[in-house]
Amino acid sequence: MIAALADIVAGLLLIAGAIFVLLAAVGLWRLPDIYSRMHAASKAGTLGSGLMLIALAVHAGDTSTTSRAIAGVVFFLLTAPISAHLLAKAAYAVGYRLTGESVMDELRKK
Amino acid sequence: MPSSFLDFSVQIALLFLSATFLITVFKVIKGPTLPDRVLALDLLVAAAIGFTAVLGIKTGFTLYLDIAIALGLVGFLATVAFARFILARGQTEETEGGDVQPSIEAKEIVTESKAPAQKQTASKKTSTKRTSAPKPKTKKASTPRKTTPKAKS
Repeated sequence: MIAALADIVAGLLLIAGAIFVLLAAVGLWRLPDIYSRMHAASKAGTLGSGLMLIALAVHAGDTSTTSRAIAGVVFFLLTAPISAHLLAKAAYAVGYRLTGESVMDELRKK
Repeated sequence: MPSSFLDFSVQIALLFLSATFLITVFKVIKGPTLPDRVLALDLLVAAAIGFTAVLGIKTGFTLYLDIAIALGLVGFLATVAFARFILARGQTEETEGGDVQPSIEAKEIVTESKAPAQKQTASKKTSTKRTSAPKPKTKKASTPRKTTPKAKS
């Protein structure tokens, strides 16, 4: 019974994670500039891969596997904002422009 | 019934992840600027981690989890290195879409940070360039930016 429930939960987590990653890739094409594309790729991509790792943890049901999967998810959740922040900072410092529809640019010097 | 549902969801996830790989690789190829390509590579690493997790469920080898963690570490380091490279290289291609400011200033930034000896001097130069930009340009540019969202909503 528990195994059947774990299978169903793992399947749902897998589908949800795959949909998130696919939507991140679609957002990479649809969004106008690098800074808004970063929202899709960094947040939705990390969430998708994290959900799929949690699905692996639920499916395995083993303590070592589960702890490693949780450690991996925590690691990705820690490193993805850092890399995205570094990339955005580098792109802005070098001079890549925001799109024309942007409402506010708080980093612009007065 | 449950294991068949798990097999079905594994197939669906593999299908979606394959579509993600295809879309993202085309974005890496086509992406107009270097940060777009780096971002697409970052998403490619995330999709590969998910793919590895799906393969771990499908085959039952939990050793794939270590591969996923190592891949995440490599992807993080690659993105950080690419960000440092973008900072050191400077902007060499024009940004797509509606440019708010005239492109003369962008060209000045490019020529000024073309050969930076160090990373910090390059960023300082660009920042001073921003501050020395004349104010009426920004005022002119800010008027259509404020009107566009109002017209949309």
